[in-house]
Amino acid sequence: MPLDPSFIGRSYPPTPAYEVGREKIREFAEAIGDPNPVYTDPEAAKALGHSDVIAPPTFPFVITYRAAAQVVADPELALDYSRVVHGDQKFTYTRPVRAGDRLSVSVSIDGIKSLAGNDILSVRGEVYGEGGDHVVTALMTLVSRAPEGD
Amino acid sequence: MTAARISYDEVEVGLELPSRTFPVQRAALVQYAGASGDFNPIHWNERFAKQVGLPDVIAHGMFTMAEAARVVTDWLGDPGAIVEYGVRFTKPVVVPDDGQGASIEVSAKVAAKLDDRRVRVDITATSAGQKVLGMSRAVVQLS
Repeated sequence: MPLDPSFIGRSYPPTPAYEVGREKIREFAEAIGDPNPVYTDPEAAKALGHSDVIAPPTFPFVITYRAAAQVVADPELALDYSRVVHGDQKFTYTRPVRAGDRLSVSVSIDGIKSLAGNDILSVRGEVYGEGGDHVVTALMTLVSRAPEGD
Repeated sequence: MTAARISYDEVEVGLELPSRTFPVQRAALVQYAGASGDFNPIHWNERFAKQVGLPDVIAHGMFTMAEAARVVTDWLGDPGAIVEYGVRFTKPVVVPDDGQGASIEVSAKVAAKLDDRRVRVDITATSAGQKVLGMSRAVVQLS
């Protein structure tokens, strides 16, 4: 069954704060094999004008993907997650994520369309700091492939 | 947002950034799964990957996106100078368990000079001769 386009615009409550730790950023930077000291050395980060180590540009996905689980698991939307692949990903930054941040994500459904039997779902995650300041917007497109034989 | 130390005035459209080849082995995918929290078995379980119609275990799209970004952040010096970064996942990076794994080749060039001392960088990422990212672009803040 195609996804119901009336879900466009649906928004979900902000997630509880995710506290970004220095060691989590280090772990992520090591996992992508990136030795840039701005991710691990507070002094190197300060030399570039950051108040603490910053996270790699794709790190916010760790937080927004968890938040998007609200959409994926929404029983009313009824997305068949076993058929879903990641189509596009885009980040728009007000500033980089940094150690010490307590980040909350407000998720909403930006778009639902059907293309050649596939459902294309666009999910927006607005990431805010503790004081309500905007940090980054993550736009994720999920493609739910049509079942064979449809 | 911080500005990279590279001067906007000294950058021309067509400038090629230093390209890189990133090796990917199964162990890297396991490590990325742990660090990112994405434990989808298509990224570490060959039996499962083949069951769902894939040729073998594939890299996380977000792992490929992270590697592609390194060509830009290495050039900038300061990853905090990235204003926007987006990609389309066009083909998977297939990572066989053959002792060699796969590699991701990334090149990038300055495609446009924008307002506010920003430039757009277009990125090309291939693996085994196939383009694995499409519409892969970053907007960056220069000084």
